[in-house]
Amino acid sequence: MGETTRLDGESALNKVIEKILWCVLALFFLLFPLSFNNPYYEQLGSLVLLAAISASAWNLIGGYAGQVSVGNVVFFGAGAYLPLLIYKLWGLSPLYGFPVGMLISVLIAVLIGIPTLRLSGHYFSMATIAVAELIRILVSNWDFVGASVGLTGPAVAKNWSDLVFKSSVPYYYMFLSVLVLILVTTYLIDHSRFGYYLRAIKAGERAARSLGVPVSRYKLYVFMISAAFTSLAGSLYAVKFGFIDPSSGFGLLISVNMIIVAALGGAGRLLGPLLGAVILIPLQAETNSIFGGRGTGLTYILYGAIIVLIARYEPGGLLRLWDLFVDKYLSARSTK
Amino acid sequence: MMVLLQVIVAGLLIGSVYALFSSGLTLVWGMMNVINFAHGEFVMLGMYVAFWGLTVFHLGVIGFGFAAAVLLFILGVLVYFLLIKSVMRGPMLAQILSTFGLLLVLRYSAFMAFGSDFVGLPEDILGPSYNVGGILLSAPKVVAGVTALVITLGLHFMLTKTMLGSRILAVAENRNAAMLMGIRPDRMQAIAWGISGASAGLAGALIATFYPVSATVGESLGLIAFVVVTFGGFGSVPGAMLAGLIIGLIESLSAFYFGPVYQDVFVYALFVLVLWVRPHGLMGKAP
Repeated sequence: MGETTRLDGESALNKVIEKILWCVLALFFLLFPLSFNNPYYEQLGSLVLLAAISASAWNLIGGYAGQVSVGNVVFFGAGAYLPLLIYKLWGLSPLYGFPVGMLISVLIAVLIGIPTLRLSGHYFSMATIAVAELIRILVSNWDFVGASVGLTGPAVAKNWSDLVFKSSVPYYYMFLSVLVLILVTTYLIDHSRFGYYLRAIKAGERAARSLGVPVSRYKLYVFMISAAFTSLAGSLYAVKFGFIDPSSGFGLLISVNMIIVAALGGAGRLLGPLLGAVILIPLQAETNSIFGGRGTGLTYILYGAIIVLIARYEPGGLLRLWDLFVDKYLSARSTK
Repeated sequence: MMVLLQVIVAGLLIGSVYALFSSGLTLVWGMMNVINFAHGEFVMLGMYVAFWGLTVFHLGVIGFGFAAAVLLFILGVLVYFLLIKSVMRGPMLAQILSTFGLLLVLRYSAFMAFGSDFVGLPEDILGPSYNVGGILLSAPKVVAGVTALVITLGLHFMLTKTMLGSRILAVAENRNAAMLMGIRPDRMQAIAWGISGASAGLAGALIATFYPVSATVGESLGLIAFVVVTFGGFGSVPGAMLAGLIIGLIESLSAFYFGPVYQDVFVYALFVLVLWVRPHGLMGKAP
């Protein structure tokens, strides 16, 4: 009797603490660009959010459904190319390219997903790599989309809808609102029947199927959603930098970035990708500024080592380590 | 007509090297249901071993081939004991991430250590080109192709006809039953990883005699290995051999008809097509 009331009290307290933490987090990200008034930090902040957006999009298929897509870069590239292509062809605002990119990405997701999501996870990973390379080579040789030179966006804004701003701050808030949109969607999916299906699929496909979960269908659905959001990340990248070429749009390392950002923070956790981005993006900026051109190689050696260590010791990422820490030290004290 | 024949022969010769390194990949995949994403990087290391073996240590042709196979065998065993053995017990995410991380470490370490330049072995290291009935045969490609084919066949016979091969296949078939028969699965799996590494290393040394060596060469070779094992069928060495030859042929023909830029496009497109129409490949069990 006393036991239950004590537990209820504790969980209520935890809920309050959780709410306070959420508010602090939200305030931090809302006020971040205003507190420095320094272009370097504004730029860094927007890059962190961009990485968090694409990693959160990957997190849906890779983290929640446990299907490691190495080809999400295809959707990123489609999303990045379409706004600039529409601008180049008709001089229209890049904004019109956003939904077109998302639509094309969803179609590609269906085309890749239907044959490969029936098979075991390794097939899916290999197939996504192959498709990504296939499309990168095709785009590099296709003059219509600028071949190896790529595409550029508007240099000077005619009006706001060209999305050309000198400062990083407008981009920062644009990215922040998209990130919130993705996180809210992820939260809603996770707390619905869809989310239960995904967890069952991740835990064991055969068992999930035998319990009546339409496994292939739901894997495809989540892949489509992931594709749409990754495409959005690509579009945001394109309008921020105003330039895209085959390696910055379709290079396999873009997929690698999404995977490691999500896996370091915690794959399959709502805030995992954001945590990973907050740690890795400043780290990457530092190694690049210290080591110059050789920094890129070093960054990826470091990334590879981090991925191996996560896989070897704690596939749940940093948030899982945090849980273990809380369980061991903080909860133990409160039960005494 | 002679030109076409020339293209076909060249395709089959490079295809048999593809068959060699892919059969190592398919062996591990069939045995443990783990795909080594760093397999292309193993081939790249084999190429560098050959290059350094020749230019620094002045090993002969047989010497650097042997060195590449032995060093990569050791690397394979190390990767198994240090990484794969524990990752096997983890979730699928960990299995895929582990060898994918290994790929990044190996590729970019090579990139930092050896630079981004292409290097090559002397062209006539295995002799000049011969004109056989109108077909120009370069000695390195012929030696590489024939050696690779013989070794791949040897691997197949080793697996099907020897005691060691039976033990490996027994572990692949049923780990627990094999253990009850007095076979140590751990040791067999380590040997399989070693064989897989050695096949990649030897194939790398063979390719290096006619193909430019660079740190990023593993990217396209690794993808080719995935295509070959999928096309050939899950865990089937003869399947990988047949598929390797076919992929080499397709690559060679598409480069001839559409230009070298598109040779990979056709191979990757074939991969997607295989997954659509025949996911268990030519000779594999249904996945």
